[in-house]
Amino acid sequence: MTRIDDTFARLRAEGKKAFVAYIMAGDPDLETSLAVMRGLPAAGVDIIELGMPFTDPMADGLTIQLAGQRALDGGQTLQKTLDMVAEFRKGDATTPVVMMGYYNPIYSRGVDRFLADAKAAGIDGLIVVDLPPEEDVELCIPAQAAGINFIRLATPTTDNKRLPKVMQNTSGFVYYVSITGITGAAAAEAADVGPEVARIKAATDLPVIVGFGITTPEAAERIAGVADGCVVGSAIVKLVGEGRPVAEVLARVAELAAGAHRA
Amino acid sequence: MAEDLINSFMTGPDENGRFGIFGGRFVSETLMPLILELDACYEHAKTDPSFWAQMDDLWKHYVGRPSPLYFAERLTEHLGGAKIYLKRDELNHTGAHKINNVLGQILLAMRMGKTRIIAETGAGQHGVATATVCARFGLKCVVYMGATDVERQAPNVFRMRLLGAEVIPVTSGRGTLKDAMNDALRDWVTNVRDTFYCIGTVAGPHPYPAMVRDFQSIIGKEAREQILEREGRLPDTIIAAIGGGSNAMGLFYPFLDDKSVRIIGVEAGGHGVDDRMEHCASLTGGRPGVLHGNRTYLLQDDDGQILEGHSISAGLDYPGIGPEHAWLHDVGRAEYVSITDREALEAFQLCCVTEGIIPALEPSHALAHVVKIAPTLPADHLIIMNMCGRGDKDIFTVARHLGFDMKI
Repeated sequence: MTRIDDTFARLRAEGKKAFVAYIMAGDPDLETSLAVMRGLPAAGVDIIELGMPFTDPMADGLTIQLAGQRALDGGQTLQKTLDMVAEFRKGDATTPVVMMGYYNPIYSRGVDRFLADAKAAGIDGLIVVDLPPEEDVELCIPAQAAGINFIRLATPTTDNKRLPKVMQNTSGFVYYVSITGITGAAAAEAADVGPEVARIKAATDLPVIVGFGITTPEAAERIAGVADGCVVGSAIVKLVGEGRPVAEVLARVAELAAGAHRA
Repeated sequence: MAEDLINSFMTGPDENGRFGIFGGRFVSETLMPLILELDACYEHAKTDPSFWAQMDDLWKHYVGRPSPLYFAERLTEHLGGAKIYLKRDELNHTGAHKINNVLGQILLAMRMGKTRIIAETGAGQHGVATATVCARFGLKCVVYMGATDVERQAPNVFRMRLLGAEVIPVTSGRGTLKDAMNDALRDWVTNVRDTFYCIGTVAGPHPYPAMVRDFQSIIGKEAREQILEREGRLPDTIIAAIGGGSNAMGLFYPFLDDKSVRIIGVEAGGHGVDDRMEHCASLTGGRPGVLHGNRTYLLQDDDGQILEGHSISAGLDYPGIGPEHAWLHDVGRAEYVSITDREALEAFQLCCVTEGIIPALEPSHALAHVVKIAPTLPADHLIIMNMCGRGDKDIFTVARHLGFDMKI
């Protein structure tokens, strides 16, 4: 059982949907992003997705691209991101932290070294956008062996024939990308997402969390209502990018979380 | 891996798209089903005589193939050593080798029922070729081009627009080829159902590196036949410039198992290959990493962040290189060198006045290496250099570097 499994067990017992929040590590600087991260659980966030900045985020829209750029310009490195999680863990032993990003910085560090460091820092799961099941030997299988959940993206183009392959070797939860597109793009309608989630759930016992394009508490409620939870990223990152105070960012996160928890 | 342990260098990639450790399919799940469909479609087309009949017809009547293998007599005399042949792919319709590959991909796109074509472009040659073939077949065409390149390759931007393509300047990053490829991938993931991504080089997720190589191999196949006819034997050395490496792979591939043939790829050395990293020599100055769907040598910092690089030539201004080149480098079948901006400019001018050919800045890099080695080689040493593009698009850049005022 990982913190992710524990969290879903708790939510099930409470009859609640999961609210997942994404922030970019080091955006706009380490102190600010750590302050936001520390405030997320109290704002109602069940799982934290921590973005690892990368120069070439090919699956991300402008909001996340600029956040990554701000973090890199501020001197963020993979080591600092790992240290940030270790620092967060000093005050929070239960909230799952999932690192999300691209493979090259991990590959550059060395997969074994990265996994050992990630485990030691208290990281529970990984979402690596450019590692489809065809490349499972790279990181997915070593991560599972190291006790870290490897969370897969399923998409509208993942047809039923392919679904078993996508679900194989995955754990924690499934991240359903509600649209064909990049982060921060137009939202999907709950009426369209519902049947898709049912399709995914027919292929797995894991919880299915829906992300991409969710920007308001109302949308969070609607989408979480047809899944096991939802993810909000760009809408939060945008506030950080506008230079809003940490308290204001967290207040908005609390509204979004309340939306998801009403579902 | 010792060279003599390998029976053939022409069997790659494996079914997972790997050339040794290089290549692969490092893309998001949204794209993966389409990549697999493309792979199946290409595998089918490859053995379909009607596909190649259509390609041959278009290559002959639309592109103007075969391109001549030309003995550069005055250049040979001037350098006073090896006998230099130029493979004249700059004489193709649209002025570069790029169209060889675009034709193949567009025919595949139509077989797959795709109605919208997207492409990335650096120097603009691949964009122009894609816009051209889309116009020829009545397909919608969108070309992503770094904002920096839009500025330094203005004539090609206008050409694409004349051909009916939409050119989208990319401002993210430093606004060069890498950034254009990122935005093309973002478009593709958004419009995956009706859109075909026509990649311009031997990079990207499998099957692109192998597929683009196969389409470009017409260069090497012709050159091999032509030199055998002209000289009665194989060349001693073949040389081509490398950004992503498609013209080079096209020339090299049919010669890979001819062990007597020395193969040299020339990377863009920019201001010099050193710690300043103001170059685009991925093999000489980079290390293995994963970007744009494949594992290959990349310019990157200690933390795995991709560096921008620099080259006078927009077409070579890319921090990676095709995975098959990375493999050929590591197994030692091909050697890779670098040439600086200054050396390329000098070779550019030499070619103009000795052969009456204005070369593109990309093959000027290959030519600069010919200039270096030819004088040291005997008169019976045969060199084939790929003249992969003409320099009309570059005259503004060259004028600026030579301090010539082009304003009329």
